[in-house]
Amino acid sequence: MEAASHAKATHDHAHSHDDHAHHPSGLMRWVTTTNHKDIGTLYLFFSMTMFFIGGLLAFGIRAELFQPGLQYWEPEFFNELTTMHGLIMVFGAIMPAFVGFANWQIPLMIGAPDMAFARMNNWSFWLLPPAAILLVASFFVPGGAPAAGWTIYAPLSTQMGPGMDLGIFALHIMGASSIMGSINIVTTILNMRAPGMTLMKMPLFVWTWLITAYLLIAVMPVLAGAITMVLTDRHFGTNFFNAAGGGDPVMFQHIFWFFGHPEVYIMILPAFGIVSQVIPTFARKPLFGYASMVYATSSIAILSFIVWAHHMFTTGMPAAGQLFFMFATMLIAVPTGVKVFNWIATMWKGSMTFETPMLFAIGFIFVFSMGGFTGLILAITPVDIQLQDTYYVVAHFHYVLVAGSLYAIFSGAYFWLPKWTGHMYSETLGKWHFWLSLIFFNVTFFPMHFLGLAGMPRRIPDYALQFADFNMLATIGALGFGLSQLLFVAAVIKCIRGGEKAPANPWEGADTLEWTHLPSPPPYHSFETPPVVK
Amino acid sequence: MVNTAQSNLQLMRKLFVISLAMFGFGFALIPFYQKICEVTGVNRLLKQDEVANTQVDTARFVTIEFDSNLRSALPWTFRPLQTSARIHPGELTTVMYEIRNNSTRAITGQAIPSYGPQFADRFFKKIDCFCFTQQTLQPGESRQMPVVFVIESGLPQNINTITLSYSFFEVEGTAKKAG
Repeated sequence: MEAASHAKATHDHAHSHDDHAHHPSGLMRWVTTTNHKDIGTLYLFFSMTMFFIGGLLAFGIRAELFQPGLQYWEPEFFNELTTMHGLIMVFGAIMPAFVGFANWQIPLMIGAPDMAFARMNNWSFWLLPPAAILLVASFFVPGGAPAAGWTIYAPLSTQMGPGMDLGIFALHIMGASSIMGSINIVTTILNMRAPGMTLMKMPLFVWTWLITAYLLIAVMPVLAGAITMVLTDRHFGTNFFNAAGGGDPVMFQHIFWFFGHPEVYIMILPAFGIVSQVIPTFARKPLFGYASMVYATSSIAILSFIVWAHHMFTTGMPAAGQLFFMFATMLIAVPTGVKVFNWIATMWKGSMTFETPMLFAIGFIFVFSMGGFTGLILAITPVDIQLQDTYYVVAHFHYVLVAGSLYAIFSGAYFWLPKWTGHMYSETLGKWHFWLSLIFFNVTFFPMHFLGLAGMPRRIPDYALQFADFNMLATIGALGFGLSQLLFVAAVIKCIRGGEKAPANPWEGADTLEWTHLPSPPPYHSFETPPVVK
Repeated sequence: MVNTAQSNLQLMRKLFVISLAMFGFGFALIPFYQKICEVTGVNRLLKQDEVANTQVDTARFVTIEFDSNLRSALPWTFRPLQTSARIHPGELTTVMYEIRNNSTRAITGQAIPSYGPQFADRFFKKIDCFCFTQQTLQPGESRQMPVVFVIESGLPQNINTITLSYSFFEVEGTAKKAG
C-alpha cells in the first residue's frame, strides 16, 4: 500500500475518458448505468433516504416514550415502529451505504477500471428500491407492518397479517441484492487488482470488504432460508417453527442468529476499513500493524460463526452451551482489541490534524469501544439473563451501530467527498455535524444504560414512572440527533454544488491509488490502463 | 482481458454455488439441531423417562393439576378424567385422559406436554404416556388413555403444585388424506 504512493502517476487516462462519455443523460443515465461510480452514488443516496425514513420511525418511538403512559400510538403500532426502524436501518441504511462505498472505492483503490460484473451491479442496486417500497408499503396493508421485532421471531412472525409477507419478500429481494453485490466485490478484488497490487498491499478498506463480502455470501442465504421457512409455515402448511406440527420456535432463533451474528460484523467490518484509511491519513503515519489488522479482521469473521447463541441465553440451553458461547464471545474482544490498539498506535506521535473525517474516526474509536465493552458485559451469561431485552441491550447495539457503523460512514463520506465531487466540503458544517452528533448521541443513548440496568424492558410503549426522567432526556437527545443529521445533508449538497476546488490529493497523508493517480473528481472511466504498483 | 472475463465468470459460478449451498445449509440446520437435542437430551418430552429412586416421601404432598388443550381447530374433545391429584413424591400415579373424534373423518393427533413451572419437567418422570405415540381416531371414536408418572423426590421444597398440560395437535397431512 505504501509502495503505491511512490508509483509515479501516469496521467494518460485523464484524457482518455472523453472518448467514452457517450452515456445517456438525465434519468435514464441512472437507470441504465453500469458505471461503478454512478452505482456507488445511487447506493449512497438510497441509503441516505432510508436513513431518514428509519430516523423518522425512531422519532416516533422516542416521542411515545417522552412521557409515561400512551400518548400517540396504539401499542400494536409502536411494535411496528420498532420493527420497521430496525429493518430499515439495518437493511436499508447501513448495509447499502457500505456497498455504496465499496462500489465507489474498491475499483479506485485497487486500480481496476470498473466492477467485475457491471450489469449485475446495476441489477444489485435496482433491486433495492422495489424492496424498500414493499417494506414501507407494509404499513398500509390490513394488520399493518411487521411487528415482531427486526429479528422477526417465530411464532410472532408466523401469525401476523399480510404485512409480514411483504416484509419477507422485501428481505428476500434485499438479500438477493446483497449476495449479487458481494459476488461482484469478491470477484473484483480477487481478479482485477492492478499489476503489483498483491493481497497484502491492498488498502485495508478493500481487505475488510473482501472478508465482509465472504460473510455476506455465507450468511445471507441462511436468512433467506429462515424467512422462506416462515413463509411456508404461514401459507403452505409446513411446520418448521410451528409447535402444533412438531416444529420448534426456538429453532428459528438458532437459524436467524446463525445469520444475525455474522450480520452485525457485516455492518462493522467495512467501518473498521474506513477508519483504517482515515486514521493513518490524518496522523500522517502508515497504519500500525497492517498485517495484524488483516488477521484480526479474519479472526473476527471466523469467530462470528460460533457465537450466535449468546443472543439466546434465556432460551434454556445446557450450562455447557452457555459456557461455550460465553467464552467464544469474549474471545472476539481479543482481535477487536488488537484493532483498537493499532489505531491508537497509529496516532501515537503522529502529526495529527483534526479535519471532520478524523474527528468522526476518533469519535468512532471512543464511542465504539464503549459499545464493545457493554457487549463484553452482556456476554457474561448470568448478567445477560438479567439484562436480556432491557434498554441496556438497546444502548449497547446503538453504541456499536450508530456510533460505530454510522460514524464510520460519515467519516468516509467526508473523507472521499472531495474525491467524488471535486469540491472540498464545508469544514464548518462538518465540524458542527460531528460535535452535535456526538453530544446528542450520548444524550440519547447513555441514559439507556441506566434504564436497562434498572430493568426497563425494550419494545414496550409504556414504562414505570421511575424511568420518566431518563426517557425524557433520551427523547430530547434523539430529536437533537435527528436534526443534526440535516447538517450532513446540507454539507453533501453544498459540496456537490460547488465549493473550493479539490486538488487530486487534498489530504497530506493519503497514499492510496485514488489520491495518488487520479484527479478530483476522477474521470467517468478511470484506470482503463491499470496503474503499476511497486 | 478475455482471460480476466473468463476467470471472473468462473469465480462467480463458484460463489453462486456457495450461496446456494448455504441456502440449503439453513434447511439442513433443522435435522442437525433435532439430532443434537436428541443426543444431548434437550427437549425429550415424548420419550419414556427412567426413574432411579422410587422411595416414597410420605411426609410431603404435591398437588398435580391436569390440563388439556386442542390446537389448530382440531375437531376433538379432550379432557382428563380428574382435574387434580394430591400425591407423594416418589409415588407411582396413573391418570386417565379421554379423547373423542367429533368429526366425520379419521384424524391423527399428537399430544405435546408442558409443565408449569417450566423447570418441573426435570422432576416429572413419565413412565407411560399417550404422548409417546400418535393417536388415530376414526369418526366418532373415543378412547381413554393413561399417563403413568412419578414425581422425583428431589423436587425443590418450595414447589407444591405442578400443572401438567397437554395440547393435542393434528398431525399434518391426515386432513388432506381424508380430503
